[in-house]
Amino acid sequence: MTETASAKPEKTPNILPSTQASVAAEQMQMPASKLMRFGPENPLRLDEGTELAPWQIAYETYGELNEDKTNAILVCHALTGDQYVASENPVTGKPGWWSMMVGPGRPVDTDKYFIICANVLGGCLGTTGPASTNPETGETYGLDLPVVTIGDMVRSQAKLVEALGIETLFAVVGGSMGGMQVLQWAAAYPEKVFAAVPIASGPRHSSQNIAFHEVGRQAVMADPDWCHGQYAKEGKRPTKGLSVARMAAHITYMSDASLHNKFGRNLQDRSRITFGFDADFQIESYLRHQGMTFVDRFDANSYLYVTRAMDYFDLATAHGGKLANAFLHSETRFCVMSFTTDWLFPTSESKDVVRALNAAAANVSFVEIESSRGHDAFLLDEPELFKTMRGFLTGAAKARGIPAPGNGETHSPA
Amino acid sequence: MTKTDLKNERGDHRILCDFVVPGARVLDIGCGTGKLLELLIETRGVDGRGFDTSQQGVNEAVSRGLSVVQGDADNDLAAYPDDAFDYAILSHTLQATMDPKQVLEQLLRIGKKVVVSFPNFGHWRNRLQLLCNGKMPVTDYLPYQWYDTPNIHFCTIRDFVALSEEVNAKVIKAEALDAKGRRIGFNAPWWVWNLIGDQAVFLLERK
Repeated sequence: MTETASAKPEKTPNILPSTQASVAAEQMQMPASKLMRFGPENPLRLDEGTELAPWQIAYETYGELNEDKTNAILVCHALTGDQYVASENPVTGKPGWWSMMVGPGRPVDTDKYFIICANVLGGCLGTTGPASTNPETGETYGLDLPVVTIGDMVRSQAKLVEALGIETLFAVVGGSMGGMQVLQWAAAYPEKVFAAVPIASGPRHSSQNIAFHEVGRQAVMADPDWCHGQYAKEGKRPTKGLSVARMAAHITYMSDASLHNKFGRNLQDRSRITFGFDADFQIESYLRHQGMTFVDRFDANSYLYVTRAMDYFDLATAHGGKLANAFLHSETRFCVMSFTTDWLFPTSESKDVVRALNAAAANVSFVEIESSRGHDAFLLDEPELFKTMRGFLTGAAKARGIPAPGNGETHSPA
Repeated sequence: MTKTDLKNERGDHRILCDFVVPGARVLDIGCGTGKLLELLIETRGVDGRGFDTSQQGVNEAVSRGLSVVQGDADNDLAAYPDDAFDYAILSHTLQATMDPKQVLEQLLRIGKKVVVSFPNFGHWRNRLQLLCNGKMPVTDYLPYQWYDTPNIHFCTIRDFVALSEEVNAKVIKAEALDAKGRRIGFNAPWWVWNLIGDQAVFLLERK
């Protein structure tokens, strides 16, 4: 999802934006990370009803897999995240998107656990997505790629995990769309998930959330440079539309209070309003910056696909209309977390999951974390989040019989 | 983890632990930061889950590796299936619920057995304070003023026995504890315990 938000443009990445876009294009086909290819003999079944082959999944790993292969943690990334959870992103040159959470001595401790993080299906950093080459035509898929779902993303990850020789994951963790994948993992492969940590997420995408996504998609599709999804062939990029989509989405990741505290009605590099439509206010300048930097690292069609995947997610409907059915007889240990000012995935959504887990008599912990930073809090420096994650994983590691990092003490992130 | 010395634990916790069979599935409602849960896990090897209204308490418990959810007994117990646990435990929480009768009924539904501990409002010191001062009692066990107490539904041991009758529960075991949390080691009619017991622990099941 978003990087740490700041009022001023973040430090200039060591790669120029125009170059960034071409680096991003390279990374779609040939990522700097690890890559698992699946040939025609190993197709990926899709919820849509078709099969995808050949296909590939780009992933990164951290730490060492133990001899019994019992210490693997899969981290699922959010909407526009990537596999570089704890290492530098080759496109932006920025540190890993969750390096406060994942790393040596961090709550998801790479000294003790083996961490896997894969780019989602439909993404644009090496896993098969709309920017990949369609083997049938030799051209970019564009909208010819079948629409993918959270279920498809998880099925592709399960194939990766299997290919890595891991039978059971010690834990699956993730926030937002990553949290949806966590819930899907627990519902689809309960025997493969020892512990599950869905953060700032929910069992379905709400009507309001679908609405915001639709605004974003319409912005992309209204850009003449989108060319009905065939912009690659035309040598164009719908940067205006994608930028607006990102601006709208970014508002949903923050809270009213955090916007107010950060920007208020402060003016941008001027002492008075200009009676024009330039970015008079800091918040406008900030959003424009967010939009502009986003288009250099993200593919517009990919944005359509991943937002759609979230929209289609509805775990209860997929289980006969009763959410508890998704978790019946589950032996997975759950730790559900939400944030007080998150209005994109409010606490009530997490509580629905918790109630369903209780109804299924599953082992569940639930923590609501006090934060003023809205949905994005899960990516930020939130000591209570780290403390809970560390404590929960430590308890689960004990139950799993693998060495746990420390005793639940909080290590302050750098 | 070091073995916990039961003698140093809160009186009702000691007896609660005695009431629980090793290895059982336990839900502790109103678990606070999870002290009793930890004790039950260490001394009885239970599969323990907790439940509390306090966000701070729950966060603390989860960060220590316990399985605890935030919720309140009055509204959230309905989600659990029948017989979900071997024991549903309510330690010093009944008097803080909005609807103690409905909570007790829920406990009897989701737990095969139910353990309840509560402060006895019928203790002679409480009666004496009310009689002599004409003021709501404030004691070691009931340290709050009437206006800031979370304890909104006090009862006496005899009240609780009557409520158990009313919700069709059978009393399997009961213990009264003195001011120091020690077991009152003799059998006596309810009215005697009701006078000298500072708190009581009951083990119930459905009739």
